[in-house]
Amino acid sequence: MSLQTAPAGVQGGGIAIALKEAGKDFETAEGLVRALTPTNFNVREGEFTVLLGPSGCGKTTMLRMIAGLEAPTSGTIEVDGRNLWIADKRDNVALADMGMVFQEANLFPWLSIEDNIALPLKLRGVSKSERRQRARELCKLVGITGFEKRYPRELSGGMRQRASIARALSYDPKILLMDEPFGALDAITRDAMNIELQRIWMETSKTIVLVTHSISEAVFLADRIALLSPRPGRIQEIVEVPFARPRAVSVNEDPQFQHIANHLRDRLEH
Amino acid sequence: MSLDTPIVSTVAPQQPAKKRKKEIPTWIGSVTLLVLFLGGWEFYVREFNVSKLILPAPSLVIEAWYASLWLPSTWYHTWITALETMLGFFFAMVFGVALGAMLGKSPRLEKMLNPFIVATQVVPKVALVPLFVVWFGFGITSKVVIAAVLAFFPIMLNTALGVKSVERGYREVLASLNASRLQKITQLEFPSALPYILTGMEMGVVLSIIGAVVGEYLGGSEGLGNLAVKEMNSYNTTALFAVIMHLSALGFVFYAIVVGLRRFLIPWHESAQVKK
Ligand SMILES: Nc1ncnc2c1ncn2[C@@H]1O[C@H](COP(=O)(O)OP(=O)(O)OP(=O)(O)O)[C@@H](O)[C@H]1O
Ligand SMILES: [Mg+2]
Repeated sequence: MSLQTAPAGVQGGGIAIALKEAGKDFETAEGLVRALTPTNFNVREGEFTVLLGPSGCGKTTMLRMIAGLEAPTSGTIEVDGRNLWIADKRDNVALADMGMVFQEANLFPWLSIEDNIALPLKLRGVSKSERRQRARELCKLVGITGFEKRYPRELSGGMRQRASIARALSYDPKILLMDEPFGALDAITRDAMNIELQRIWMETSKTIVLVTHSISEAVFLADRIALLSPRPGRIQEIVEVPFARPRAVSVNEDPQFQHIANHLRDRLEH
Repeated sequence: MSLDTPIVSTVAPQQPAKKRKKEIPTWIGSVTLLVLFLGGWEFYVREFNVSKLILPAPSLVIEAWYASLWLPSTWYHTWITALETMLGFFFAMVFGVALGAMLGKSPRLEKMLNPFIVATQVVPKVALVPLFVVWFGFGITSKVVIAAVLAFFPIMLNTALGVKSVERGYREVLASLNASRLQKITQLEFPSALPYILTGMEMGVVLSIIGAVVGEYLGGSEGLGNLAVKEMNSYNTTALFAVIMHLSALGFVFYAIVVGLRRFLIPWHESAQVKK
């Protein structure tokens, strides 16, 4: 666990997201299911954090609580120092600091790509010309220039996911939350998307929390990996990943990469 | 390179053969079938000397229909039937979409109303037509009510289904963006339910015409349905067929307009894609 040099995105080492004894129990027909045991965890500003763990260990639950889609049943979650959930009602100022990217691109099929990307701005009452302008910039940022007027069904899965990242970035949130955004893509596209995501992160200096169950994706992308274990879901270990940025795909040949990956695999397997 | 050559040469001769097969447009088949049908009908009537009272030859029917197009009364009756259909359809749309949206949004309301919806569904609504004539008189009102009642159900049920079928993932997008209630309706629920509403409208518009015509059969003195009954009573079967043809044309126009809306309103939807 060597100390890493500050990546391009780090702003001041402040805390972007703080989970304080935050936990979640689901009520089901068979009684309470503990999805996440009360957890303490800080996401630092500008940092790329990856939540890694096997299926059912509560990664999505943790991310959805941070994203304001699910209220914690215990503890609190603070975003930029603001309590996100007060008495099961979410604080919309804190919410506006975050953008969510889902596993499915979830683009609205009746909107063109540019209208999809600018949808959050439309909801905020931004003028049409300004939305156009912003959508064009974002298409360039995520590498789908020229597809502004197309409909989602005319794009490949990878391009759709790029558009959904652009949509989450449209209102310039400080934090980007991503739940297995590339889980549905083939391995080659996935590698390409990881490179792109690293570039976008470095260009925009966002704080990113990404969920995955791919060890290599986690090690490639992360500054820090929070390793979760199931039944009941909890953070088992936090692993720092020291490689310099920007990382190339070939970083996975580095012995230290192998070392971290093997360590994570061991921990996941038992 | 040497591998490429045989692949190209085996594909090349197949392609034109495939293309030639595709080049026959399907409408030629449709027209051929229609011509065969009318020809068979004409032949049967002439060969077996079928009475004009039972089955007039298609040539006579077309002639009678064409002649009727020059009578102002034909167009007056057409206008009445069209008006009843449009008004009935309009009210069915207003109430069907509104109630359907409410049912789709509120599972509790749907559960509460479900027995009544099922009950009204299984009642053969055409059986209520005499009742409507008693309540609303022999004028246009009773026909509009019948047309509206018949078209209402498919529109309402399809709207409710559409609102219920909004994808969870899309809802979460708006939830994560903190959209207001109104924004959820205008940005997501309405566009998402629109293909379903259009399906309901396609079913509804046909039922509206049926409702108006059945209403005219039973009471009043106007409309194409009434005209048909008059021709039947005077044993003018050829004219009756002509009225039926005219009604079919009217129905076709209405249906085509609603189906055309699909391309216009939801060009993004799978159902509006032009299939080759
Ligand atoms: N809405 C819910 N109701 C009941 N139980 C739930 C609900 N959502 C999640 N759970 C349970 O909580 C646990 C954690 O689920 P979660 O979706 O967070 O896992 P995950 O780590 O994201 O898994 P995966 O990698 O498969 O996506 C699971 O045991 C799951 O069954
Ligand atoms: Mg998950």
